Amino acid sequence: MRRNPTKRLAALACAGVLALAATACGTSSGDGGGDGGPKADEKQGGFTAPDVPMTDAIGDPEGQVNILAWPGYAEDGSTDKSVDWVTPFEKESGCQANVKYFGTSDEAVQLMKTGEYDVVSASGDATLRLIAGGDVAPVNTDLLTNYADIAPFLKDQLFNSVGDQMYGVPHGWGANLLMYNTDVVKPAPTSWSAVFDDASTYAGKVTAYDSPIYIADAALYLMKTQPDLGIENPYALDKDQLAAAVDLLKAQKGNVSEYWSDYLKEVQAFKTGDSVIGTTWQVIASVAQGEGAPVEAVLPEEGATGWSDTWMISSKAKNPNCGYLWMDYITSPKAQAAVAEYFGEAPANTKACELTSDKTFCDTYHAEDADFASQIWYWTTPISQCLDGRDETCTDYGEWTTAWTEVKG
Amino acid sequence: MIDRRPGLRVGLLLTPPMLWLGVAYLGALAALLVTSLWTQNDFTGSIERAWTLENFRTLFTVDVYRTITLRTIGIAALVTVIDVVLAFPIALYMAKVASPRLQRILVISVLTPLWASYLVKAYAWRGMLSADGPIAWIARPFGLDTPGYGLPAVVITLSYLWLPYMILPVYAGLERLPDSLFEASADLGAGAWTTLRRVVFPMAFPAVVAGSIFTFSLSMGDYIAVKIVGGTGQLLGNVVYDNQGAANNLPFAAAVATVPIVVMLAYLTAVRRTGALENL
Repeated sequence: MRRNPTKRLAALACAGVLALAATACGTSSGDGGGDGGPKADEKQGGFTAPDVPMTDAIGDPEGQVNILAWPGYAEDGSTDKSVDWVTPFEKESGCQANVKYFGTSDEAVQLMKTGEYDVVSASGDATLRLIAGGDVAPVNTDLLTNYADIAPFLKDQLFNSVGDQMYGVPHGWGANLLMYNTDVVKPAPTSWSAVFDDASTYAGKVTAYDSPIYIADAALYLMKTQPDLGIENPYALDKDQLAAAVDLLKAQKGNVSEYWSDYLKEVQAFKTGDSVIGTTWQVIASVAQGEGAPVEAVLPEEGATGWSDTWMISSKAKNPNCGYLWMDYITSPKAQAAVAEYFGEAPANTKACELTSDKTFCDTYHAEDADFASQIWYWTTPISQCLDGRDETCTDYGEWTTAWTEVKG
Repeated sequence: MIDRRPGLRVGLLLTPPMLWLGVAYLGALAALLVTSLWTQNDFTGSIERAWTLENFRTLFTVDVYRTITLRTIGIAALVTVIDVVLAFPIALYMAKVASPRLQRILVISVLTPLWASYLVKAYAWRGMLSADGPIAWIARPFGLDTPGYGLPAVVITLSYLWLPYMILPVYAGLERLPDSLFEASADLGAGAWTTLRRVVFPMAFPAVVAGSIFTFSLSMGDYIAVKIVGGTGQLLGNVVYDNQGAANNLPFAAAVATVPIVVMLAYLTAVRRTGALENL
């Protein structure tokens, strides 16, 4: 699984697509919406974390660390000789790194429950499940020399902290953008309406993301265009709001050429002209441009959904010291630059921006752009307890899955 | 002792395969059925072992699942019919007309695609059917266009994928027909078409049915070709995949998975009457 560039994309897809796959998760979401939403504790309602002790100091390295990561997050040169940030860590810290890649957030949660792993790179739909299950410990950020350099808009978020306590170190993030074929789509779109209300302009050439979580994209659009529905958070939809989103998606379906969950499929569809407009990730746009497709990706005015990953440490860690050393190392500017460029996402540590081989990398991925980041609603698994704090019953991911099946008909 | 008791010997010989069939195969199916009667915890995603028919109630009351089931059966039937129509003349030529040398070449060329990866073949069709693919290129001068990605593309791709599974049993069935029957038919004054209709087809019918079991069941369960060339379409397999792979709702996925099993059992029961199962 660690051989070629295709797999590199697979890594991204895993982080992106499958991150959503989990059925359940705690409460939380990114505080997007551009209004600098409330801090974690105000929105987490009844959520309390189990009492798990936090480390006071990093002791002597144990000699090894067991890392559970998304594919592509801990490369030791076995995929590509030039892609290696694990070996320098081993030399520097004296900790032998044993890396296990996982494919879905569910798998990550299950593997963390075994207690075999010291650290994990968890996406927003796995983090609170791990916290709630007592599987991860609070992180003493004072012990991490690189924590101060992490972009402030990634700290103390709903998906990586409880109250004022961080449960991990932000790793990297990305947004789902609107990609379009510059030869066909004129003028350049500025709104998601191009794939919803105005989708018929490009009938049969629109593409959308094949996952129930894509309902959040429709909900986000409705949140901005139909305030009457009262949507406050695209991951907290009651039955009526979900029905409205489903209607929007059903109308969209008539103009959709195909749904994609395989990023390579989307790259190809844009290259051949089978799709000319639709949701995408920055890395897909870059790959498509690299292969000569006339495409551009923009963040529409309504904002967007996206993902954000966090390194967490196990409450049962056998090698907590090496675990902390790893978390500090992987968030160092040099490692962050390497990971972000390899993986295709914005690094959490913005000092990495000076070290990327492509000097425009951070601009491309908007790594230092807090405004850009604040417009992103990070993927969160919907649960029946409304994430926006309403005292109502919201639809959970199971209902979203059924709804998505109905959308596709 | 074993030598003197043949019953015991046969019993010992048969025990491992019967165990395999009973435990690994039927056991897995039984486990699937049992799982479909459980439910799932919304927060932890873990399975709750409380008996309920809720999954089946959803399956039967939500319209979309009926639509998908009927669509899946329709596509499987259409693919089967197309494969019969394509396979029969090829198999007849291979069995009765071609020289032994050509016969070998044809058998090999029918088998060769089976060695190529399923995915490669499906992606090849994705390229063929693309907006700038060969089909669009050929069709354009005639004012036509590629069907694009969608259910027609699924039917084309599945028909292509399963064609060898139809040709081989039909070929085997036709090869067993004695040449003397053709001669007798001609001697009795029947033309080629009458011979085909009154002699060859009735005798080859069980072989056709045997082939249709492959094409029908393979189409019923497919979800990958749909993902690659199906556009916005979805079949039962996709519903199973989405519920298991994405939503992690194993009980409901299991409930959906029983649908193709029931359909296939009904089909096999109907087929058994034709005697085709003896031709497998």
